[in-house]
Amino acid sequence: MTDMLKVSIWRGREDGALQTFDVPRRDNQTVLDVVTYIQRSLDPTLSYRFSCRVGMCGSCAMQVNGRARWTCRTHVSKVVDGDALEIRPLSNLPVVKDLVTDMAPFFDKWAQAKGQFKGTATRKDDFARVSPDSPMRRLANAAIECIGCGVCYSACDVVSWKPDYLGPAAMNRAWTLINDERDGARRERLEAVAGDAGCHACHTHMSCTEQCPKQLSPTASIAGLKRTVAGAVLKGEL
Amino acid sequence: MSARAQVWLWIAQRASAAVLALCVLVHLVLMIYAVRGGLSAGEILGRTRGSVGWLAFYGVFVAAVAVHGPIGLRNILTETFGWRGAGLNLGVGVVGVALLFWGGRAVFAVFTG
Repeated sequence: MTDMLKVSIWRGREDGALQTFDVPRRDNQTVLDVVTYIQRSLDPTLSYRFSCRVGMCGSCAMQVNGRARWTCRTHVSKVVDGDALEIRPLSNLPVVKDLVTDMAPFFDKWAQAKGQFKGTATRKDDFARVSPDSPMRRLANAAIECIGCGVCYSACDVVSWKPDYLGPAAMNRAWTLINDERDGARRERLEAVAGDAGCHACHTHMSCTEQCPKQLSPTASIAGLKRTVAGAVLKGEL
Repeated sequence: MSARAQVWLWIAQRASAAVLALCVLVHLVLMIYAVRGGLSAGEILGRTRGSVGWLAFYGVFVAAVAVHGPIGLRNILTETFGWRGAGLNLGVGVVGVALLFWGGRAVFAVFTG
């Protein structure tokens, strides 16, 4: 193990370039530690996002040596190539500056996929009783832990080919709501995720599933949407 | 094209893929079997001529190709070149009709010899 890292970091906007820094190597060093060292000790103009540092907020996702990751939960020793690290902003999103992407298109697609819960109960109704063992609740549980970090969106080939494709996270969210028996917007949500810009464009490459830091499977959620939407169309419900 | 129509295209492509999987298997096994048995092209034509069964089989095969191919081509052209809209749908529709026409011609020739 060498005692210095050669760290190439994206600088500028879409038309920027990589800039190389020498960073001292430490035990148990995360990629976020490396980026923070550069900003605090070498170049204070470097822009990047982070908040919790413990894998809860999802704001520090970047591409590290070609793969989207949470930098706070990625140890340098796991991803370093010799002594080289290449850190770029998430792909498939506009670059604001350096390692900061504009997440607006990502979250706009959550709204397009009808990612908001639409309850049907009023304050006069009793609490809904949803059995944790019911098949729908189990499906929702399997997909519910997404924190919206954008790693899957950056990893998705279909997003890179079709800019209007809703992407794995938005459809994963839609799938949890389809399986929420309290929700009353099933039909409009199925309509929103149907077709060429929705679930039926997924190629099942599974990059989202492979790279999700929460070990979720958006691919399985999208497959569920494909079956549900196709079933609704065949029954004439959509 | 409405999202509903796009879902129908997706269903048609999956259904035609299932038909094609069976047809291609039967076709390949049959070809290998026929060649190993030493049949000539003329002898094979002699067996298919006038056979309603083979007419139906290859008719279904061609129809499945004419459905499956253009839908897949539509996706490839959109994803690779960003083509979309009515022109794309018309273009792949023409491909589908052409596959049906030339495939149908070949099936007819095998039937009439």
